[in-house]
Amino acid sequence: MKLSGAHIVWESLVREGVDTVFGISGGAVIHIYHALPEYPIRHVLMRHEQAAAHAADGYARATGKVGVCMATSGPGATNLVTGLATAYMDSSPVVAITGQVPSALIGKDAFQEVDITGITLPITKHNYLVTEVEALPMVIKEAFHIARTGRPGPVLIDITKDAQAASLEYEYPAEVNLPGYRPTLVGNQRQIKQAAQLVNDAQRPLIIAGHGVMLAGAEAELRELVEKAQIPAVNTLLGISTIPETHPLCLGMGGMHGEAYANKALQEADLILNIGSRFDDRLTGPVSTFVPEAKVVHIDIDPAEIGKNVPVDLPIVGDAKNVLQALLPLIEPTSHPDWISKINEWRAESADRDILEQETDALVPQYVIRHIWHATRGEAIMVSDVGQNQMWEVQYFLHQKRRSLLSSGGLGTMGFALPAAIGAQMGRLEETVWAVAGDGGFQMNIQELATIVQEELPIKIAILNNGFLGMVRQWQQLFFEGRYSGTPLLGPDFAKVAEAYGIPGFTVREKSQVIPVIEQAMATDGPALIDFIVEQEENVYPMVAPGGSIADMLRRPSPEKVQKGGGSK
Amino acid sequence: MRHTLVALMEDKPGVLNRISSLFRRRNFNIESLTVGHSETPGISRMTIVTAGDRAIIEQVQKQLYKLINVTKVTDVTDEPAVIRELALIKVTASGAARSEITGLADIFRAKVVDVAPDSLTVEITGTEDKVDSLVSLLRPFGVREMVRTGRVAMVRGSNGQKKLEIRGWRLEIGKPNDPISNF
Repeated sequence: MKLSGAHIVWESLVREGVDTVFGISGGAVIHIYHALPEYPIRHVLMRHEQAAAHAADGYARATGKVGVCMATSGPGATNLVTGLATAYMDSSPVVAITGQVPSALIGKDAFQEVDITGITLPITKHNYLVTEVEALPMVIKEAFHIARTGRPGPVLIDITKDAQAASLEYEYPAEVNLPGYRPTLVGNQRQIKQAAQLVNDAQRPLIIAGHGVMLAGAEAELRELVEKAQIPAVNTLLGISTIPETHPLCLGMGGMHGEAYANKALQEADLILNIGSRFDDRLTGPVSTFVPEAKVVHIDIDPAEIGKNVPVDLPIVGDAKNVLQALLPLIEPTSHPDWISKINEWRAESADRDILEQETDALVPQYVIRHIWHATRGEAIMVSDVGQNQMWEVQYFLHQKRRSLLSSGGLGTMGFALPAAIGAQMGRLEETVWAVAGDGGFQMNIQELATIVQEELPIKIAILNNGFLGMVRQWQQLFFEGRYSGTPLLGPDFAKVAEAYGIPGFTVREKSQVIPVIEQAMATDGPALIDFIVEQEENVYPMVAPGGSIADMLRRPSPEKVQKGGGSK
Repeated sequence: MRHTLVALMEDKPGVLNRISSLFRRRNFNIESLTVGHSETPGISRMTIVTAGDRAIIEQVQKQLYKLINVTKVTDVTDEPAVIRELALIKVTASGAARSEITGLADIFRAKVVDVAPDSLTVEITGTEDKVDSLVSLLRPFGVREMVRTGRVAMVRGSNGQKKLEIRGWRLEIGKPNDPISNF
């Protein structure tokens, strides 16, 4: 059949299994939008292209499918940049489609012309400029293949207006031919045997379960390994929810704001089995002080991650699911009672220091998160923003379901929560989605409240409102002489803002109101927003000071030094 | 230490930009970079001279492999290889200097490729050392203009391409037998 470039875009998306696209129209994609109503695809009209990219990213993280976003040329395309960089840092499969000025005008500084393939070169896994309709079907085929295979990542396709308008006898290619792109999926058998030997010989083994476990869909294999060899598992931020956090061998997150007992376990382990984590600096601290006692086995689908940050004793390049399936039969069932009881002692000590164990009437943010956890039975999909709110989410919400924490880890993009929650809800319509943000990050994409209403999405929103860019304020308090420069923050009455958009809005100032209002929001049909006015200068503890070893965690100062009720975690 | 890498890549728009952008972004050093056609139509061959310790060179290779358009990367530093560079050197030359310069060119098996009333242009091919030597000998005459290509390299014998090995462990990169759509 003869199709225009614009029709080819949609036809090919349908063949790739795409059912939802997040985007904003514009002059250079007008042909594409003109053809949209002819196809069974739900288009979610966002209010900012950055949010479109985050929504596609959120959709991808929540479903494991490729998320698709769309924008016009020039400013539409540049607005995608933060969202694409976010997806790139976190290996999220996203395809971005942008319109470009007619090919005859490229390089002429035409209206709304920008070199978006040049701009996104370092923040996409690959990108394409399509100037002829003949190239379009194969480019789309390749883009989806590259985005979702190997180590996933965003791919951008920039299509000139003339290529959208021109027609072609359409045939969608069945296969790609990419001689330079052949991800290694199956691990080397000899190296897997060596890894099994190391695991079987270890006295104090520890797993670091990263995002790669989730991306490979290896949650069941991870759990089997944890239980068969009785190896405790520490998660990275993006590895959270690869193993239920209530599992006795799950130690939660390690690193800068990780659990103190998880970090102690890292310091004392004699074997680290890193599955799909890239040894990010938030996890490791200074590399020279990280896992001093341990032999390191690193399983990763991306060979470039091996040895990049932390020297490795045994590398295995491959897909985490394949590698674990090959490894499991070689693992001897065993237990490490001394090691595990030692960790459990550390864990008990941390629990005693938990701020929620302290008597206080103050409305602390930790309390809010813990009660969202209770109210949702730990089953909600939590989409966090970035900063203190993100760390409290991680510490006080124990994730049960796979793919139930969506968070901007690598790039740390404030403003991520609300649009990513839109993507997550679109991908998992039947489930409860909560967006949790601070008052700073929330104001970075607040305009997406309109999208929620227009699309009738029942997203619940919690704002932990402390009137500061809180994480920076915490650093200023602890390391910069308490000089709060550029961090005090004025916000609107968020409940009224929500009401103005047509969303039920609540404000909570008292601790006693937290539980009833969360329940009220849960009982509300459709979306709801709760503005929690929390303790302004509450800090995230424990923490590793910048540049410090994760062995030396900063604990909460004694109660008289801080506001009422400050215990230590 | 200096390393010479040979990379094969699809000849597509923007590929050179992808390579140079990668080196800039990852803070890798480029001493020279030469690109041209290879024996296979549609495949370009790039010779990159870079400096760094073992871990850095490992990263350079692995990051190059990650570029979709790059099909092969080989470190030929420790391989027996033919390594050449070409230079054109325009030297001030009149009177007696002319025969001195042609004499030097002969010793280096260089050629005089252009003759003007007051200058000679010498073409030399060889290793950087050889080119450097000739240049330093020509400097006293007055080098008016010079262009050097950067290094090109080819492993001697039948086939010098080998697997990427990292500290004794073989890293399986782009195994040709992988079913590429199996994910």
